[in-house]
Amino acid sequence: MTAGRYVGQSVARREHRPLVTGHGRYVDDVTVAGMAHAAFVRSDVARGTITAIDVEDAQAVPGVFAVYLAADLNTVCGPIHSTLMGPNAPMPPMRALAEGDVRFVGEPVAVVVAESRAVAEDAAEMVVVEVAALPAVVDPVAALTDTENLVHPEKGTNVAQAMPDTGGPDVDAAFAGAAQVVTGRFAQSRGTNVPMEPRGLVASWEPGTGEFTAHVSSQNPHEYHAHFARVLGIDHHRVRVLTDQVGGGFGQKVFVSRDETCVAVAAKLLGRPVKWIEDRRENLIAANQARNEIVDLEVAVDDDGAMVAMKARHVEDVGAYAINSHASASGSMSNFITGPYRIGHLGFSSTSAYTNTVGRAAYRGPWLMETTAREQMVDRVARAIGMDPLEFRRRNTVTAAEFPFSMPGGVPIDRVSLTEVLDQAAEMMDYDGFRVRQAAALSEGRHLGLGISAYIEPSGIAFGALATEQANIRIDAAGKVRIMMGSGDHGQNTATTMRQLVAEYLGCDIDDVTYSQHDTTATPHGSGTAGSRTAVIFGGAAIGASKRLREKVAEIAAHLLEASPDDIEIVGSEAFVAGTPSRSVGFAEIAAAAYLAPDRLPPGVEPGLEAVHRYRPPSLFTLSNSCHMCTVEVDAATGMVTFDRYVVSEDCGPMINPTVVEGQIVGGVVQGIGTALYENMAYDPDGNPLASTFLDYVLPGAAEMPEIEIGHIESPSASEGGFKGVGEGGTIGAIACVANAVNDAIAPLGAHIDRLPMGPSEVLAAIDSAGGA
Amino acid sequence: MNEIPVTMTVNGEDRAATIEPRLTLADYLRSECGLTGTHLACEHGACGACTVLVDGAAQRSCLVFAVQAQGAEITTVEGLAEAPGEPTAVQRAFEDCYGLQCGFCTPGFVVSVTAFLRDNPEPDDREIREALSGNLCRCTGYGGIYAAVRQAAAELAEAQGGAS
Ligand code: FES
Ligand code: FES
Repeated sequence: MTAGRYVGQSVARREHRPLVTGHGRYVDDVTVAGMAHAAFVRSDVARGTITAIDVEDAQAVPGVFAVYLAADLNTVCGPIHSTLMGPNAPMPPMRALAEGDVRFVGEPVAVVVAESRAVAEDAAEMVVVEVAALPAVVDPVAALTDTENLVHPEKGTNVAQAMPDTGGPDVDAAFAGAAQVVTGRFAQSRGTNVPMEPRGLVASWEPGTGEFTAHVSSQNPHEYHAHFARVLGIDHHRVRVLTDQVGGGFGQKVFVSRDETCVAVAAKLLGRPVKWIEDRRENLIAANQARNEIVDLEVAVDDDGAMVAMKARHVEDVGAYAINSHASASGSMSNFITGPYRIGHLGFSSTSAYTNTVGRAAYRGPWLMETTAREQMVDRVARAIGMDPLEFRRRNTVTAAEFPFSMPGGVPIDRVSLTEVLDQAAEMMDYDGFRVRQAAALSEGRHLGLGISAYIEPSGIAFGALATEQANIRIDAAGKVRIMMGSGDHGQNTATTMRQLVAEYLGCDIDDVTYSQHDTTATPHGSGTAGSRTAVIFGGAAIGASKRLREKVAEIAAHLLEASPDDIEIVGSEAFVAGTPSRSVGFAEIAAAAYLAPDRLPPGVEPGLEAVHRYRPPSLFTLSNSCHMCTVEVDAATGMVTFDRYVVSEDCGPMINPTVVEGQIVGGVVQGIGTALYENMAYDPDGNPLASTFLDYVLPGAAEMPEIEIGHIESPSASEGGFKGVGEGGTIGAIACVANAVNDAIAPLGAHIDRLPMGPSEVLAAIDSAGGA
Repeated sequence: MNEIPVTMTVNGEDRAATIEPRLTLADYLRSECGLTGTHLACEHGACGACTVLVDGAAQRSCLVFAVQAQGAEITTVEGLAEAPGEPTAVQRAFEDCYGLQCGFCTPGFVVSVTAFLRDNPEPDDREIREALSGNLCRCTGYGGIYAAVRQAAAELAEAQGGAS
């Protein structure tokens, strides 16, 4: 649709007022009468057998209520799994607390509950855990063939999952007939989500009623609800999960962690409320992580510079206990690894390795290694055949005339703007002008580089539990509107965008609308904020429910105004007869009739003013797409990378709120820059995490970040409203874009890097090994 | 553990308490004063989320013990404006310019920027970048935060000009 009264406008985000004035309510701000505090005892050995645990001194500390071990908690809650994967997923059972052995540094071994956090932490330090250490499995590639050191001995292998090669005679034939074959290996280091608000919850169990309530920091409150009911053995309808503000998650707060599970069980065992707010060290070493992946690529090119076939071998590290599936990336990797290019044949395989590290989480674009590897490879192929990387992409990009184009991974490309975003980004960047500037700089001994990255993003993925969402919309007896949804907004401004949709499609004043997601007993079942699904799926639900409710409003208004419902227009919470604005009736009066004076309603109309709509998008994937271009300067003496410009051309269909869209893009890009240049959750060979503070886990800071310029192309999807998701694309595109820019800058020195992050020491090492500056 | 008495002024109110010497100023403000606008994201002085004004100077309240603030005048994010929930020019600029998403880092930024613009009312872009480098935000990519500082600076400069 074209911009409406509210849709397409950057309307003010009213939910921000409490946040800027210090009146937001995050989980650590919740206090419940009689609340105790939990602290964990965690393993400082990566792999070994627990030989003894001494809790006597800890238990004797005044103010300590309980010290729980595996024998206390694991027996209550049983092995932990997500609702999505179910109990029969081929994953090793995840225990609440370590039992018999430990499998990563940071694994919870005991929980201390005390009158204050300080006392709980004091006592936790007095718990003595003796572990007979064994050699740790740290390198995922070595892990795959290691049969002696096993993360899960009962599995008999460190291979968590193997997706066999999809190649075949056609792939081999394409390679055999190729003019040239180019190979490359690309790796990205382990990184982690780092929400600024760490994980946490306040869990309470009422011994009298048997009801369980938890305030949580979650992207997916209904998953937490189902999980707590399951692990605590409490009927689903006696569980209540509450979320207020959520200080970021980026995938880490979609599924309930074992730490949160322990706290819930402890609250039930103790019969009093327990709060746990993790500290930063815990978040860095014990909350699930992501990104540690390696891809080997081979690309066959014909005489005309067309990529005809690709072979990809993917290895990923899933740690000791992946939070959801053990291979959260491999399926989407195989679907999307050929990206926007006309590559007809693909042979893809993927292997996941268990290691003695904290498990793999979803993190903003969990499958993005396909773009990280492919877009670096595209540059490499272009260089190998001596073609400009933009020209090479233009030649190989699928054009609209070819839609729907079937990717060899099985997904049809349609309703995207692949060539348009390339052109728009190149124009915004003044591509040719930069190349001139770059050559001039090089002649002065300065190393500028330009990176390009293009991708197709599967937003609003609609299968299984993720396929649908519901909006409940109520006009109350005073004519005000409340939307209830089971989302898990953690900074996406869902409240504003959903209010915009409802105001637009229902016809009310946006200031009359409030949005609630905070209480699972009041909101419809939802699958949370993840996978760039809010605009597409929640948005579709909001529009559907608004349309339904509008019909009823029109019918009642028509009756009150003695007109035909077809002649009723509704704008600004006022219904009037088309062409006769003086004959009108407001939402307050319509609502009063609906609730308080049913005799005024048209015959047969049910009293009340509520509508419910559950929406499922028409296709499995709602594709959005983008092209990123950035320019950098590399200081060959220090290895420092500085940004010159950063440009994104993005197609997310019509925008509900351009400010929100651009905020998602900019935030995503900067997280991608972090992965490309700074962030590295390194482990030593004994499995010790080397980054447990913000001094060693380096996040992007304000001083180094470029200003990000954004161009929009709007091709609508087939979903209600035409929206496409935009939450993850910024990150997906940024990593390879930055890597390509750095490599472009150091190419004249004969240097190249294909492992991320590209910190100053890596840049210097690459320059050194190429023979120096 | 020994508890000792401490008094200070917080957002203009006199406060007296008897506390453990190890209690940080951040924890004191949050748990003893109920001022939960001051956030803790690292507790090791690296992120700036816990920034408050101590006798007018921006400080990381996770690195200060409450007993060290004996006699001091403290201003938290809640105390910047005249009335609770009313925004200052800096707070409004964060709203207007999309300087926040999840909002968890925001109080620290707001307090840091307030002190910065008071001391340097007409900053250039480089000075703004430097001033912001002590606070971390994971959501916004900083673009909206830069814009907010520029807007607030312009607005404050105008107000100054009008007043003088
Ligand atoms: S919480 Fe104080 S600097 Fe991070
Ligand atoms: S707005 Fe979420 S951390 Fe800054």
